[in-house]
Amino acid sequence: MKKLLLATAAVALCAGGAFAEDIKMGISMGFTGPLESIAPPIASGAELAMKEVSDSGKLLGGDTVTPVRGDSTCVDAAAATATVERMVTSEGVKGIVGGMCSGETIASLTNVAVPNGVVMISPSATSPALSTIDDNGLFFRTSPSDARQGEVMTDIIMEHGIKSVAVTYTNNDYGKGLADSFAEAFKAKGGTVTIVAAHEDGKADYSAEVGALAAAGGDALVVAGYVDQGGSGILRGALDTGAFSTFVLPDGMVAATLEKNFGTELDGSFGQMPASEGEGKDMFVSLAKTAGFDGSSIYSAEAYDAAALMLLAMQAAKSTDPKVYKDKIMDVANAPGEKIMPGELAKGLELLAEGKDIDYVGATSVELIGAGESAGTFREIAIKDGKIETVKYR
Amino acid sequence: MDILNALVAILNYVVVPATAYGAQLALGALGVTLIYGILRFSNFAHGDTMAFGTAITILITWALQSAGIGFGPLPTALIALPFGIAATALLVLGTDKIVYSYYRKVRAAPVVLTMVSVGVMFLMNGLTRLLIGVDEIKFADGARFLISAQEFKKATGLAEPLAIRSTQAITVITAAIVVAALFWFLAKTRTGKSMRAFSDNEDLALLSGINPSRVVAMTWIIAAALATIAGTLYGLDKSFKAFNYFQLLLPVFAAAIVGGLGNPLGAIAGGFIIAYSEVAVTYAWKKVAMYLIPGFQPDSLLQLLSTEYKFAVSFTILIIVLLFKPTGLFKGKSV
Repeated sequence: MKKLLLATAAVALCAGGAFAEDIKMGISMGFTGPLESIAPPIASGAELAMKEVSDSGKLLGGDTVTPVRGDSTCVDAAAATATVERMVTSEGVKGIVGGMCSGETIASLTNVAVPNGVVMISPSATSPALSTIDDNGLFFRTSPSDARQGEVMTDIIMEHGIKSVAVTYTNNDYGKGLADSFAEAFKAKGGTVTIVAAHEDGKADYSAEVGALAAAGGDALVVAGYVDQGGSGILRGALDTGAFSTFVLPDGMVAATLEKNFGTELDGSFGQMPASEGEGKDMFVSLAKTAGFDGSSIYSAEAYDAAALMLLAMQAAKSTDPKVYKDKIMDVANAPGEKIMPGELAKGLELLAEGKDIDYVGATSVELIGAGESAGTFREIAIKDGKIETVKYR
Repeated sequence: MDILNALVAILNYVVVPATAYGAQLALGALGVTLIYGILRFSNFAHGDTMAFGTAITILITWALQSAGIGFGPLPTALIALPFGIAATALLVLGTDKIVYSYYRKVRAAPVVLTMVSVGVMFLMNGLTRLLIGVDEIKFADGARFLISAQEFKKATGLAEPLAIRSTQAITVITAAIVVAALFWFLAKTRTGKSMRAFSDNEDLALLSGINPSRVVAMTWIIAAALATIAGTLYGLDKSFKAFNYFQLLLPVFAAAIVGGLGNPLGAIAGGFIIAYSEVAVTYAWKKVAMYLIPGFQPDSLLQLLSTEYKFAVSFTILIIVLLFKPTGLFKGKSV
């Protein structure tokens, strides 16, 4: 192994920049585990961007890109760490699209990526904890943090003229993260949060929870839960006892089952969910269709953008060294510069080679803010006549 | 007016839901206590017997619904209930024949039978899932409300709403009828008396010519009926999900033990004690206090415990009862 490494290093040195190099890129996704059904389109999204760049022959004088898939399992942090460890040490990847779930991402980032100095861009980890993690500038994500959803939700509620709300959340990382970040944002804007109470999923009786929420009061009830789980139980209880009539529904609650189970009872309630839309998304979906996978599947477009950003940053930095190109990721993602859409990666590479600026728009209108995470687009919904209607994108 | 508002708030958020939940727990606990009293072991499969009975009832309800048969304002499931009970009775009688009868013959210790029932529990668990799946199923039809929140507010002009779902009323009424029938059966009929005799002293009962296999069969049939009724009422009032019934086992056992295992009256009291304590201890009393004490503006919610801890409440009561009155509040057999 050592000899091989030495040999390749020697070859790389001799080659200088004159010869084309094969760049390996890791894709760490939960191909098995609770989210195994949505992992393949995410990986395909990332591979689509890698293939596009590879086929163009314009990356650093004709470098090719080879994807390396690995199973992060989504739930097993040790397995995810081992997968990423293998990618970095034995495969020698120059960047990783992943991880998939927040906990596993935190583990592989702090244990492997940061010590080895490898860039990770996650398309799907949304925990607010990742915004403040000590990552040496190596971690980015093309999905918005749940904290961002809390802010968007605050704005929507305020626009409805509601100043006082009760909050209930499903008792896990997602629910707690969203509820806490929302409560903070809502209070900062001058609103009152009467109570923040957890509910457990998979119970049939929520009368105690509804009773406590009702006693605390408020003009609306924010339900940061799952529509197939306790979230619906809370809605049912609150509607039946007449405790609340207006509900605010974040992403976990917006689904077709809501229309089926509640019909017109929820009229006047509203909410939001992360959703990309627009020209870039449409272009990506049609590209994906040609490539033979479903580009509208959740976080698939984000994965395309994650891979594209890394490769464009390499071109901008004229180096495949993660420690060098990590500083260029924010530059290529944000204005100023010429806008680059999905399918136009070759054009982006050319412009960068000429030393011009680009503003990568991509499939999800990427705009990296803060510590390198997507500002995100949110779809505001309202329930009218028992149907979920899109109000606007924000 | 304020006193009325306080009263309505307590009724709406504490008394009504806790009474319905208590009735469901009481029916479940009755089944557990009956098996403990007569067959002398803790039947851990009771929660899944409830799930199985409810699953059958749901399947028959669907068949009835697709055949266009309804029950007017009442849920169709009530017509399907007898079929559910029959199927469940067959299942538990079959289980008894294949599994429990052997351990009775070798006179196994109660703890062995209890462990056997854990095995049966997992089997029934899987059987129910194969039959109807793991998803949440709502099968209540007919009128949803006896008193709806909006109508009540309009009619009385009070600020606080009061809602009584028709399923809550059905639960309490059915439970009352079932309990009355059970007590009449145990106290007045020949079979009931022989069951009590068997429970009091098995050897003496055998000597006086009581047929043990008949007593055992009757016990299983009654337990199956109680389980199916409790499960169906619970599912009508809330929703059916196989996993929830498995979890229901804990409060049901808590209710039976608090009341005193083997004592039917204790099971009923235990059911209501557990239900009321779960709801009342975690209720935020702020609103009620504000109605009752004019000018009182508390900063806190006046909530003793946050709702996450509601299960802790029933188990705290269980531990206290076991420490100070090991046979339960209503003198059952010691555990």
